[in-house]
Amino acid sequence: MPIGVKVVERPVEQTSYMRATLGGMKRTIKHMFEQKVTTQYPEEKESISKRWRGTHRMLTTEDGKAKCVACGLCPSVCPANCIKLVPGEDEQGNRYPLVFEIDEFRCIFCGYCQEVCPEEAIHVGRHYENAEYSREGFVYDLERLMAQTHPVCELWDPADPKGE
Amino acid sequence: MRAFFAPWMVGPNAEPTFLVWIVATLVKMIAVFTVYMVGVALLTLAERKISAWMQDRHGPNRVGKGWLQPVADGVKNFVKEETYPDAANLPLFILAPILSFVPALITWSVIPFAAPWGSVFGNIEMVLAPLPVGFLFILAISSLGVYGIVLAGWSSNNKYALLGGLRSSAQMISYEIAMGMSTIPVLLLAGNVSLSQIVNQQAFETWNVLNLTVAFLIFLVAAFAETNRLPFDLPEAESELITGYHTEYSSMKFSMFFIAEYANMVTASALMATLFFGGWDIPFTLWDNVAPHTALKTLLTLGCFATKTLFFVFLYMWIRWTLPRFRYDQLMSLGWKLMLPLALAYIVAVAATIVTLDALGFEHGSVPFHVGLVLLNTAAVVILFMIVDRGRLVSPAYSRLDRRDLEKLRAVSSPHRAQPVSQAGD
Repeated sequence: MPIGVKVVERPVEQTSYMRATLGGMKRTIKHMFEQKVTTQYPEEKESISKRWRGTHRMLTTEDGKAKCVACGLCPSVCPANCIKLVPGEDEQGNRYPLVFEIDEFRCIFCGYCQEVCPEEAIHVGRHYENAEYSREGFVYDLERLMAQTHPVCELWDPADPKGE
Repeated sequence: MRAFFAPWMVGPNAEPTFLVWIVATLVKMIAVFTVYMVGVALLTLAERKISAWMQDRHGPNRVGKGWLQPVADGVKNFVKEETYPDAANLPLFILAPILSFVPALITWSVIPFAAPWGSVFGNIEMVLAPLPVGFLFILAISSLGVYGIVLAGWSSNNKYALLGGLRSSAQMISYEIAMGMSTIPVLLLAGNVSLSQIVNQQAFETWNVLNLTVAFLIFLVAAFAETNRLPFDLPEAESELITGYHTEYSSMKFSMFFIAEYANMVTASALMATLFFGGWDIPFTLWDNVAPHTALKTLLTLGCFATKTLFFVFLYMWIRWTLPRFRYDQLMSLGWKLMLPLALAYIVAVAATIVTLDALGFEHGSVPFHVGLVLLNTAAVVILFMIVDRGRLVSPAYSRLDRRDLEKLRAVSSPHRAQPVSQAGD
């Protein structure tokens, strides 16, 4: 079978360019008065998915401490190796993170850290406005992660694959 | 006070004295220039707004609700860095934006924009320079516009700019002819080349668009080509030539080309209004054309003229979002093979009709004279829409193929087409 040269059938003899143009002008003028579809971004925002994975957030206990127990699961599961964790221990033997930093530039927002966390401490957030003036600003330390207030991602649920 | 001005108060119907004439001309010059430049600035906003609306968007609405956008653009263009290509021919590079901008501005000096004002200082004509050869002046000046673009393309020493300049020179020269030819029927009817006379003739008889629709259509298309607007914006065709002749220009020089484009648009619109839509004439009434010429009449006719002009400016933007750009051979064949012969044939037809009607003893401007012209016009429009414009106006890409080759191609592709989509992959 030869490679088909697609010759589109066009009604050449019956078409008047000027009348077709007038038809086109009717269409464009109609669009002038139609409902606009633009989202006026800073004022109104599109709602994002419940499973949106954005920059991280560290949840806290009632007394304002990070829920993290420095178990070290999230740095080991992280495929981008963007979490830096130095564990510490207090007098009662409770482990806590001395250093907890996430490099949001290296992060690929897979959400494994949230999935693996036994204390449900680290979360990826439903958040996308992340402008900074320097590259260093994108290394979020523990205070910064705890200070975030945006809602967190709801992970994929096998029983509800479509997120309904 | 009154005694002081007495020597110059010659009454509404007399010629103003020299001093009054000078002062009035200066005031008119400043007023026209200011309104024109502010209008052109606002047109950039209007273009963006109308483009947006036609695409179901809002358009610029941030800087002062959008109204200050032209100011912001202007300030931006003034403070941006000016770059000069190393290989550019610097004097011509600098001259080009000026050359493309000035002719559009000069044309305005002969367009009558309102009814004359019979003030106490004499009858003041609402046109900067009431030239008796107004129309010839316009033809001469508007053909200068091409120099700016060609020089810009050449002096930039850039292949895209040069191609843009070449395209524009070919395009503008081709359409200049059709444009000039299409206006000859107007001159035949008016029997004069003074624009004021053309406006007057239309005011007391009928607008030329009703008598000379074909001429108007030719003029309209040619005006689009002359101003390099879509569907004829081949000199700057972004997808092929970056932006064509102003590729190498930056900051205010780039802006000058834009201002020139809009200025040309306004001028062409004003010309269409003047030549075919009665200029400043208010339709369906003779009240504005006869004495006494009060200031109120002047203002109302000015508004009427502005409305007509702005309508055509809107038409430019409307067409821009309706028609895609022509292919270059389509552009050339439309100009040379269709518009020029059509314009020439139309001149002959109109001239023959006028001579015949004269020979039959109908006076210029009388009712039977106009009935004759309208009959001719109807016939011409029917022929144009029903017969001439059938696949000949803009030819598809395969129109240059031999008929048999086309059949062969179709035969090759037809078994492929005949199969249902689901089996095509087997």
